[in-house]
Amino acid sequence: MSAHTHPLDLHSDSPHADYVGDKLGFWFFLYTELVLFGGLFLAYFFYHMKYPEAFHHAGAELNVFMGAGNTVVLLTSSLTMVLAVSAIQKGRKGLSLFHLILTIVFALMFMVVKYFEWGAKFHHGLYPGAEELLSREPGQIVFFGLYFVMTGIHGIHVLLGLIALAGIFVLVVQNKIHKNDYAYIENVGLYWHLVDLIWIYLFPLLYLVA
Amino acid sequence: MGASTKPYWQDDAVIFAGFYQRIKKYGENSSFFRMLAWVLSWIFSTDHKRVGILYFVSMFSFFAVAVILGFLMRLELMKSGQQFFDPATYNAMFTLHGVIMTFLFIVPGIPAIFGNFFLPLQLGAEDVSMPRLNLASWYMYIIGAAMAVTSLFTNGGTPDGGWTFYAPYSILTKTNVTLALLAAFILGMSSIFTGMNFLTTIHRLKAKGMSWFTMPLFVWSLYATAWIQVLATPVVGITLLLSAMERAFGIGIFDPTKGGDPVLYQHMFWIYSHPVVYVMILPAMGVISEILPVFARRTIFGYTAIAMSTMAIAASGYFVWAHHMFTSGVSDVARLVFSFITFLVAIPTAIKIFNWLATLYKGSIQIDPPMLWALSFLFTFSIGGLTGLALGAVVTDIHLHDTYYVVGHFHYVMFGGGGVGMFAALHFWFPKVTGRMYNFTVAKIAWFFFFVGFNALYFPMLILGVMGMPRRYHDYLPQYELLNTVSTVGSWIMITGLVIMFFNLYRALRSGAKASANPWESKTLEWETQSPPILHNFAKAPEMKHGPYEYEGEWVQ
Repeated sequence: MSAHTHPLDLHSDSPHADYVGDKLGFWFFLYTELVLFGGLFLAYFFYHMKYPEAFHHAGAELNVFMGAGNTVVLLTSSLTMVLAVSAIQKGRKGLSLFHLILTIVFALMFMVVKYFEWGAKFHHGLYPGAEELLSREPGQIVFFGLYFVMTGIHGIHVLLGLIALAGIFVLVVQNKIHKNDYAYIENVGLYWHLVDLIWIYLFPLLYLVA
Repeated sequence: MGASTKPYWQDDAVIFAGFYQRIKKYGENSSFFRMLAWVLSWIFSTDHKRVGILYFVSMFSFFAVAVILGFLMRLELMKSGQQFFDPATYNAMFTLHGVIMTFLFIVPGIPAIFGNFFLPLQLGAEDVSMPRLNLASWYMYIIGAAMAVTSLFTNGGTPDGGWTFYAPYSILTKTNVTLALLAAFILGMSSIFTGMNFLTTIHRLKAKGMSWFTMPLFVWSLYATAWIQVLATPVVGITLLLSAMERAFGIGIFDPTKGGDPVLYQHMFWIYSHPVVYVMILPAMGVISEILPVFARRTIFGYTAIAMSTMAIAASGYFVWAHHMFTSGVSDVARLVFSFITFLVAIPTAIKIFNWLATLYKGSIQIDPPMLWALSFLFTFSIGGLTGLALGAVVTDIHLHDTYYVVGHFHYVMFGGGGVGMFAALHFWFPKVTGRMYNFTVAKIAWFFFFVGFNALYFPMLILGVMGMPRRYHDYLPQYELLNTVSTVGSWIMITGLVIMFFNLYRALRSGAKASANPWESKTLEWETQSPPILHNFAKAPEMKHGPYEYEGEWVQ
């Protein structure tokens, strides 16, 4: 079949492996993710134009320190992810597992910081439907609505990424991902970078808008 | 033919193979396990042909329910005044009819059934690129459908407000809209999976000798459709999700009392939902491009123009969404621009119609059932398309917006286009799928009833709309009575046609004559394997030696 045009397919275990097809399909998926968040960014820009003042004041109440910290954590995890992929490509299983664990730890750290951040907002009554928030001007209600939706959906993506990373870890241990067949880990890596990339946009839009 | 000639439904390619084999072994002694193994052999199957049939059975079950709802609504509207249902029930009924017909039937539509079955066959491939994802998409569909059905009976009762879920009504109503929104979100994911899979398959699995411009045109239409599914569906996904969160947590994004803007909902909804109109219609156009050359024994006229106009429709579909919102308070400039772009969409559509007509010119036309359906597509879809122009023009739209005219128009497009295209495909590919042939005379009688009933049902709606009858009302003024009665009688005739059609196909499935590998003498690859095909489609990987429509021996690439 014409699919076997990539040199990697000749090494793979499966007779029907299609390395290029696997990557292509995953890129289409990443595209849908971008468009999904695109809808949120669209809503953000629309309301930012409508309520620039309110966004300024509401944005000032977010914890820039925690947000910046999380940005560093997530960026570093992207680095360890790349190292895990390139270790597999060089056939160094142990090193790859080590970097996968680091990536998982960073991801968990991100979620813990997120937990404390959300907790603080709830404590101050700044969550959708809260008395305190409803007493404020409309632009601020919308800002915090967007804040929770955008970071929430991003958080769900981090959680899904964690599950995927754990799955990949097991596959590497079982030698199902190895030097000649690494489309899975590469794809999870791409997904992880996307999650990272989206955060890089969320951070200035929400935390640095003030 | 080499090794196995077993039809695909007697061979297994399943997930959880170990478990399945064990059940099958128990089945040797127990009829219960034999039955279970049979069910599992279908719902665990990664074979694209079986997945297509799974979709067929589930989608047409929902279709039957929605047809009955439509029938009941027409019954209510037969005479002025309340007949059978109170207004609230009527609201729930049209919402349900709309949700089922759009999200569960016509959107997955031809790609999920015939795309799954015939895309790999037409490409000369063994299966789609990601068979397991393909099966997963069907499970997503079933989960979404189950949630939609559950929403009818739980927590506040049947959702109302129409399939568009416009804010702010959708965030205020006490009915169970939240679950219906999440159901539509899940169904959207199913659609995305199918789209990704088809794109990858078309890029990677073309047979030896097949290039982009020697692919069958049905494949081109699936390609354009898949792009829309991948590009547009996530936007409506997030929009519906935001509405659901609005209801659950009160985030305020679409709620005007909290600073949100309901018109933003309409924008975000139609950015997806207009392109998705082309998801409903493009594959039907692909089917027509397949059928016409076969039964006219002519090379398709303007292959490249049809392929490119398909892509052009898909692309321009993104830039016309606000024509649904001419009366929602968008600016005059926006109305002017969107009206103009809307007219541009008519160009590639007209290119197709003229190419199809040119294909028929001087052909030796054979009026077999698939051709009959294809020709009536040209007729009903043209009415649908042309009545759309009156809605695309701002001036006339102000008068016609939210009238029965709109209902008539989109039934001509969706049912007269997408639906009729699906029935054409059904009659065209039936012998390949089942290995049997149906009775032509009965098929033509069924078509006749359908066609007469269809026009009697929907054409009066166009006139009623111009006269000023609003849509979605459960009652009307006495002057609209005559045409409403005509329309209701039309619905009976049309449903008679549908019943005869399905009866005829069912009878063929049980006891029809055996069909040959290529009963229509078509030139595309799916007819080169036996009918019904074997598990991995072709005994030997096929090679494309002539063009897909080379009926006159003069195919030039």
